Amino acid sequence: MTFLQFAFYFFSATLIFAAAMVVTVRNPVKAALFLVLAFFSAACVWITLQAEFLAIVLVLVYVGAVMVLFLFVVMMLDIDLAELRAGFARYLPVGSVIAVLLVVEIALALAGSFSPQRFANPPAQAAGYSNTRELGEQLYTTYVYPFEIAAFILLVAIVAAIALTMRERPGGKRIDPAGQVRTRRDQRLRIVKMKPANRPTGQPADREDQPS
Amino acid sequence: MTGIYTAIPLSCLAAALITGLFGKIIGRRAAHSVAIAGVAVAFALSVVVYADVRAGNLFNGAIYTWAVSGGVPLRIGFMIDGLSAAMMVVVTFVSLMVHIYTIGYMADDPGYQRFFCYIALFTFAMLMLVMANNFLQLFFGWEAVGLVSYLLIGFWYERDSAIFANLKAFLVNRVGDFGFLLGIAAVLYLFGSLDYGAVFAGADRVAQQSVAGPFGEWQWMTIICLLLFVGAMGKSAQIPLHVWLPDSMEGPTPISALIHAATMVTAGIFMVARMSPLFELSETALSVVLVTGATTAILMALVGLVQNDIKRVVAYSTLSQLGYMTVALGASAYQIAIFHLGTHAFFKALLFLAAGSVIIAMHHEQDMRKMGGLRTIMPVTYITAAVGSLALAGIPPFAGFFSKDAIIESARHSQVWGAGYAYTAVLLGVFVTAFYSFRLLFITFHGKNRSDPHIRRHLRESPWVVTGPLLALAVPSIIAGFLLFEPVLSGELLGGAIHIDPQHDAVAKLAAGYDGKQGFALILAALVHGVSTAPFWLAVAGIICAWYGYRKKPELPGKIAAACGPLYRIVQNKYGFDDLYQAVFARGSLRLGNLLSRRIDAGLIDDAVVNNSARVVRRCAGVMRKAQTGFTHHYAFAMIIGLFCLITLFVWL
Amino acid sequence: MIPLSHYLALGAALFALSVVGIFLNRKNVVILLMSIELLLLAVNINFVAFSHFLQDVAGQVFVFFILTVAAAESAIGLAILIVLFRSRRTINVEELDSLKG
Repeated sequence: MTFLQFAFYFFSATLIFAAAMVVTVRNPVKAALFLVLAFFSAACVWITLQAEFLAIVLVLVYVGAVMVLFLFVVMMLDIDLAELRAGFARYLPVGSVIAVLLVVEIALALAGSFSPQRFANPPAQAAGYSNTRELGEQLYTTYVYPFEIAAFILLVAIVAAIALTMRERPGGKRIDPAGQVRTRRDQRLRIVKMKPANRPTGQPADREDQPS
Repeated sequence: MTGIYTAIPLSCLAAALITGLFGKIIGRRAAHSVAIAGVAVAFALSVVVYADVRAGNLFNGAIYTWAVSGGVPLRIGFMIDGLSAAMMVVVTFVSLMVHIYTIGYMADDPGYQRFFCYIALFTFAMLMLVMANNFLQLFFGWEAVGLVSYLLIGFWYERDSAIFANLKAFLVNRVGDFGFLLGIAAVLYLFGSLDYGAVFAGADRVAQQSVAGPFGEWQWMTIICLLLFVGAMGKSAQIPLHVWLPDSMEGPTPISALIHAATMVTAGIFMVARMSPLFELSETALSVVLVTGATTAILMALVGLVQNDIKRVVAYSTLSQLGYMTVALGASAYQIAIFHLGTHAFFKALLFLAAGSVIIAMHHEQDMRKMGGLRTIMPVTYITAAVGSLALAGIPPFAGFFSKDAIIESARHSQVWGAGYAYTAVLLGVFVTAFYSFRLLFITFHGKNRSDPHIRRHLRESPWVVTGPLLALAVPSIIAGFLLFEPVLSGELLGGAIHIDPQHDAVAKLAAGYDGKQGFALILAALVHGVSTAPFWLAVAGIICAWYGYRKKPELPGKIAAACGPLYRIVQNKYGFDDLYQAVFARGSLRLGNLLSRRIDAGLIDDAVVNNSARVVRRCAGVMRKAQTGFTHHYAFAMIIGLFCLITLFVWL
Repeated sequence: MIPLSHYLALGAALFALSVVGIFLNRKNVVILLMSIELLLLAVNINFVAFSHFLQDVAGQVFVFFILTVAAAESAIGLAILIVLFRSRRTINVEELDSLKG
């Protein structure tokens, strides 16, 4: 057994285990942490497939960002775990039957079509080959429009997430730039009419300005 | 000349648009000035064109291609020859007179500008009709005059009777127009063209073709001519499509004069004359035309005898005279039909306008029994009405004499089936015509004044805008016969516009009777001939009877009516055409409509189809909504099942 | 060397597990969202494996886009979850049946 095979089977087993824990574990926080493990193992499996860039992206984006988001949300919400777990045991048999059925079906589909004879292992890449460069070349030439659209989808997701969750809190000290711009003069300046002060007669008003 | 041809209808159209769109802005005076100017220009140019045509300059060509559909060009074009030039002069002249007359007649009407818009539009449409060089434009003019007629009969749209009348006119004309349209379709089908020139050129070829139908083989030419004549029956009010014309008198009197006596109703006559190359090829069609015309001529004249509304008498007289024209057409005497059309246009417009003048004076009272003795109060109206009546009765030397005598003679000479019947009918018609026209004259203008004392105090002659046109129309009513008789007999009037099969040529026989006399000698011969034959004496007898019955012994007519009993009632009921149509078509279609709306529309379509399909959808939805639990995991489960199916499919295939 | 079918078997097992997860945790929206992430991961594994064995980088490009969309989806999903929790004080899916026909 080569190191590569060992790594693959090891991380595959870890991935299956982590995934099983995600769906069965009681506490959502633990589930999220197992999900992190699952993604990490998946990234390792991908490395055995020489997809380094995607493996790193998976770790950075999912483990680093999405899973953290999950953790945040799970911890923010005050969830009644007992209620949510009710019926778990009842659905276990149904779920297992479905899982077995699915696996059997997929295995049947795989056995016929994707034998090693039909899909031989590819030759090793030349030295200096960079998966990242290859992917980047494709992304910025052939797939440049889908790439831009993907960027736009992310932007929309950001805006949507903020727009959904933001709310006005009473008593906040937030400033309203639009309101500031719209201000009219009479909201800022008050002109007060006053009686002129009486001056003693005979004295010129501009006396002080004259050189003495 | 093309510019002039185009300018003639367009000046009328421009006048109509200006008065119609800007009537309220430019005011009454400007509106009538514009309309009269437009029609006057058209009249002047028509006279120029007529002179030009008499000098031998004919025109037949398209000036604008409107569209090309299925390889058939739809063009606007003019055919200027003797026939259309003569019609243009008659149409624009009568129209001009009516325009002037309207200033007086409609003086107090709130719809003054609208009225001028309509009549100018009518003149435009009529000119397009007569100047057309193809069937499409003919049909356009045909429908446009029908539309204007509809608008004008219902001009006083607050009156229920006017609305009823214009609807009736429109519907009855639809029947005729449908036949006409089928005829045009048949022409297009057989000739592949709508241009007169092409159609007339191919007429001999098509005359050989026939088609199997009920009662054996039908000649295509007979079918085309009969269908076209159905259109003419509608527009020119021949039995049995005549019912709309008496009711159309609900419209203002100038309209009765312009549209329902002088011009529009003669469109059918004009059309048949225009189609003479086709009609000549079908003896059957000529017989139908002849018999229909003769029947209309005599039956409608009889109804005219028993009417008391002054305008209705004139209206039935119009029907009868249209019958005379149709007889002339059936006898292949097309130029005589057009001759009578022209003289009739003058004297019938004159009679209508005179009747209108009386109606103005009587404050819109139309019942003759409440008139009488107007002779002294309205001398100009009386004299012109007398001229019109003499012309109508066919007393020499008035215009009606020449044309009507020529019709009777050509009916006598005609050889087609039914000519004997037609000759008898028009001969008897002369007596009746003279009788009812003088009955009208005597009851209205002679005798004691039976009007309301309140109205009597205000009775006076109409203003010059009313009497002017009367006098202007009286002149041709007197002299048109002299001027046109010779050109008609020699065939010069219409030039080569019509085509007569030598076998049918009644006019040639008529002309042969005068063996080559010319000028004054011919007129003299015609007068002598007229005085020495039956029609003249029948007319005189009619006048004498009218005088005896309504001046000498006014109680006699009532006794005769009572003695005749059922016969009188039949005539009084206009032979039951109205009742029949009302009962069968109006009520029948109403009942049919009710049935359809209740059973088919409400029952079948609304309920069985629309509501039921909605009900079915609702029931299905009621079942299917059970599947929509609102729980996402149920939906996810459905997706998984779908996935199973998909993979299974993938594996087993 | 590891044959392609092993990777596909790994993807299939992961997929089946996450479907089971959707069924087991039918009440807890957070776990549901996590299961969906696992589903997408299973699909991604297949993509990457095929990309490697067919020597076509397009498969990896596709994974890239799936990651993008999945990230956006989970961000919005969580935002909706928060809004939902604020208004209903629960994330129990059984109680969220206003879609019911």
